[in-house]
Amino acid sequence: MTVKITLGAINKEHGSSRKYKTGGWRTVCPVVDLEKCISCYRCYDYCPDAAIKKIENGIEYDLDYCKGCGICSKECPVKAIVMVKEEK
Amino acid sequence: MTEKEELELFASGHRACAGCGEGTAVRQILKVAGPNTIATICTGCLEVVSTGYPETAWEIPLIHAAFENSAAVAAGVEVALKELGRKEGVNVIAFGGDGGTFDIGFQALSGMLERGHDITYICIDNEAYMNTGIQRCSSTPYGASTTTSPTGKYSIGESRPKKPIAAICAAHGIPYTATANIAYINDLKKKVKKALETEGPAFLHVFAPCPTGWRHGSDDTIEIARLAVETGVFVLYEIIDGDICNLNVTVKPKKRKPVEDYLKRQRRFGHLTKEDIAKIQQEVDEKCDRYGLPKRE
Ligand SMILES: Cc1ncc(C[n+]2csc(CCOP(=O)(O)OP(=O)(O)O)c2C)c(N)n1
Ligand code: SF4
Ligand code: SF4
Ligand code: SF4
Ligand SMILES: [Mg+2]
Repeated sequence: MTVKITLGAINKEHGSSRKYKTGGWRTVCPVVDLEKCISCYRCYDYCPDAAIKKIENGIEYDLDYCKGCGICSKECPVKAIVMVKEEK
Repeated sequence: MTEKEELELFASGHRACAGCGEGTAVRQILKVAGPNTIATICTGCLEVVSTGYPETAWEIPLIHAAFENSAAVAAGVEVALKELGRKEGVNVIAFGGDGGTFDIGFQALSGMLERGHDITYICIDNEAYMNTGIQRCSSTPYGASTTTSPTGKYSIGESRPKKPIAAICAAHGIPYTATANIAYINDLKKKVKKALETEGPAFLHVFAPCPTGWRHGSDDTIEIARLAVETGVFVLYEIIDGDICNLNVTVKPKKRKPVEDYLKRQRRFGHLTKEDIAKIQQEVDEKCDRYGLPKRE
């Protein structure tokens, strides 16, 4: 008897989770004051969702993916980030 | 920061709860490991939130093993690469949750360590079986309420102490063992680098809070992880060549905060009485004395 072994599920599209925008989960939204920001990039390091981009002299949010967890706001050493209620 | 570290190899769009410590952990680990990495993973939140078919958050080759055998599958990958003469410059990482490491995958992990494979095993510890609804594990600390160690009139919650997994792995005599924590990113990254550069097996135990299971705010994840170190509840150390009598503490709080500062921030410990907390404090004090950590504030 021969047993045919089929391949398991193979996904060759690396990083394809980006098709799904988790930004819709947010109830509160981070807003950064770049005047206060000292570009320490602590927020960037801690964000679980890679939703913060480094720019020259500061950061930028990718609101397509930010879930509004508030970690960046809490960990910012100069309190440059506030969380505001999401307007629907 | 190097160009490699700018890469996001754990992509946005994964379905972890807002504020999940696993996202921070894996993003940072892969920044150090880089694209020339093959990983295995067993089931658990990390796998479920990042690989919902037909999508994947991973930018590196990843094999989803069964719950028991992330380490065994990684061993197969490592042996195959060596046979093909293609192991040079390739990292092999086996990921597992605490359930998949402390309990269910332990046999495969022990075998992988003992056989001396060139693999870095990384346990992402959130102190319970989270993906199936917060069941207790041998990683769950004393006093924590979970759905299978509920608190009540006759129960304090989890009644057993946390299993010292890193020391147990080190006792296999492996070249590199370390504990790490997502609040201490530089320390974490240094340890990932050392583990990957080590020839032979390395074990990393990474502490990563789960807001859903620990019952704290999604914004508290990093602060709580930090408090675990500042109170001495979770000690950051390295063990070289399995010499468990000579562990090197890498982050020493100047003064230790009382454990209450850590416990009171999480509702899984919300039921603990003053006496319960005093008991936990005493155990932490004794442990910290053994590790040569400073006295309590
Ligand atoms: C052999 C087997 N038993 C049980 C399960 C169900 N199961 C899937 S995920 C999971 C919990 C995983 O816990 P852990 O490893 O700690 O990872 P976490 O979800 O906490 O990140 C369980 C019990 C399974 N998939 N396979
Ligand atoms: S709120 Fe959370 S998800 Fe959004 S950018 Fe800040 S850390 Fe990232
Ligand atoms: S943590 Fe604060 S100061 Fe640092 S980069 Fe982010 S916004 Fe700027
Ligand atoms: S249940 Fe916990 S570990 Fe699982 S995705 Fe949510 S926060 Fe992360
Ligand atoms: Mg777990």
